[in-house]
Amino acid sequence: MKVITEQKPWDEVIEYLKKHQKVYLIGCGTCATMCHTGGKSEVLEMKDKLEKAGKKVTGWMVIPSACDELTRDALTENIKDVEAADAILVMACAFGVQTVALYANKPVSPVLNTLFVGKEESPGYFVEVCAQCGSCVLEQTAAICPLVKCAKSLLNGPCGGSVEGKCEIDPDIPCAWQMIYDRLAVLGQLDKLEEIQPVRDWSTSHSGGPRKITINT
Amino acid sequence: MKAGTNLEKILENGRFAVTTEAGPPKGAGAGVIQRKGELLLHCCDAINITDNQTAIVRMSSLAGCALLKQLGADPVMQIVCRDRNRLSIQSDVLGAVALGVGNILCLSGDHQKFGNHPTAKNVFDIDSIQLIQTLKKMRDEKKFLCDEDISGEVPIFIGAAANPYADPFEFRVTRLAKKVKAGADFIQTQAVYDVAKFVKWMEMVTDKGLDKEAYILAGVIPIRSVGMARYMRDYVSGVSVPDEIVTRMEESKSAKEEGVKIVLEIIEQIKEIPGVHGVHIMAVGWEEIIPEIVERAELLPRPIL
Repeated sequence: MKVITEQKPWDEVIEYLKKHQKVYLIGCGTCATMCHTGGKSEVLEMKDKLEKAGKKVTGWMVIPSACDELTRDALTENIKDVEAADAILVMACAFGVQTVALYANKPVSPVLNTLFVGKEESPGYFVEVCAQCGSCVLEQTAAICPLVKCAKSLLNGPCGGSVEGKCEIDPDIPCAWQMIYDRLAVLGQLDKLEEIQPVRDWSTSHSGGPRKITINT
Repeated sequence: MKAGTNLEKILENGRFAVTTEAGPPKGAGAGVIQRKGELLLHCCDAINITDNQTAIVRMSSLAGCALLKQLGADPVMQIVCRDRNRLSIQSDVLGAVALGVGNILCLSGDHQKFGNHPTAKNVFDIDSIQLIQTLKKMRDEKKFLCDEDISGEVPIFIGAAANPYADPFEFRVTRLAKKVKAGADFIQTQAVYDVAKFVKWMEMVTDKGLDKEAYILAGVIPIRSVGMARYMRDYVSGVSVPDEIVTRMEESKSAKEEGVKIVLEIIEQIKEIPGVHGVHIMAVGWEEIIPEIVERAELLPRPIL
C-alpha cells in the first residue's frame, strides 16, 4: 500500500508563507520519496526555491516515515532549527503533515496533495486501488473495485456510457465494469452480475464521520 | 393500475405510446416550460422533463413537471443519481406525487465532467437500479428505504432507461432484466439509429420475455444538422450513429428535412419490431419539430384515451 502524492503548485505554497519568513522543511523517506514528491532531492530543490524567493530555511530533514511516531523524536533532535522557524513545510502525505502537527507548536503547511492509495503500474504511472470504503465488494466484482475504478461508483453494472471498453469520461480510462465483466466471463461467473446489489451502507465510509477501531492485541 | 397516469393507461390498453421530452430552461421562467408543454400536449401521451441533463444546471425536473401538470399534460419526472442522496430523492418523490406527477424515470446521470460544474462532487449514494428498487418499495410496501412507514399511498409508474448500443453488448439485456426485476414498469431506450442492432437487442429482450414484464419505448432523436450528426457520431458516448446517416445528412440539400425523413424511417421500422410498445422522441432543444414528426409518422391523434 502506498500513499500517492503530488506537489502543490508553487504559487499555492508560497502563499501559505505570506506571513512567515523563516521555514523548516520536512520530507518523508517512504511514499513521498517513491513518488519523487518529498524525498531528499525534492526537499533540497524546495529549499533552493524558497531561498531564491527570499525565505530563510532554518533547517531540513527527511524522516524515514513521517506518519510514524518516530516523527516526535526527529523533531526533538532538531528542535533548535525547528524552533528558529516561523512555520514548518511538510513534503509528506496528509498523514505525515498531521503527525508533524501533533508534535510541533508551529504552523504546519502541506506541500503535497495526497491523491490516493494506489500502486505503480509501470514506472512513474500510479493508479488508485482502494478507496478504503469500509465494506469490501470485491467478492461480487471479480476482485476489481468499482468504487474506485468506475467514475460513478456504480454497483450494478456499467452505465450507458461504456463503449468499447472505455469510460465515458475519458477515452484513456478503461470501463471498470467492462473489466469486471471480462474477468467474470473468464472465471465462468457471469451469473454474479445478475444479482442486484442492494442499497449500500455508507456509514463505514467517511460518511460515518472520522473512522476508528479498537483492535485487541 | 399502479399510478393511473395517462402513459400507464395507454400502455395497459396495448396502444402504441408516444412520449417526448422537454428540457427545462437555464432560468426561472415558467413560460419556457409552458410553451413547450402547449406545443407537445396534443402530440404525445407523456412528456419527460430532464434532470440537469448532461450535468448542466437547469430548472428542476420536479418544478417542470408541476408546471406541465397545470397544463393538463402527463409529466415524466426524470431523476438522476448523480445529484441527490437517498434522503433528497425520497422526499422529491413524495413531493412529485403530491403535485400529481405519477411517472418517474430512474437514471444514473451523465458524469459531472460533461457539464457546467465539472468540479462538483457527485453523489451516487444509490445507483439507478437501486433507485428503481427504492421507488418500488415506496409504492408497494409504503415504506422508506430505512423500513419506516410512509403515511398514505405513493402511486408511481416506474421508468428506467436502457442503452442497446453501450458495451458489453451481451450484458445490456442482463442489465435490463435487473431493472425489470428491480421494479421498472416501462423502459425508454437510448436513441436508435442502427436499427439492425436494435432488432438484435430486442430479440434477446423478447427471448427473455422482458417485453411482457415491462413496456419498451424505443428512443429516437431527430438530427437537425450535419454538424449534429457528426458530433453525435464522434463524441456522444453510448450513441451510435452509422456513417450512412452522416453521409445522407451531408449530401442533402435541406439538412433539417433529411433529419426528419431519417427519424420517420426509423420510427416506421420500430413500429414493426416485436415487443416494442412505443416511441420516445427526444428532440434535444428542437421540440418544435415534434408535432410534425408525430403527424407524419401517422401517430396522431394524441392523446388517444
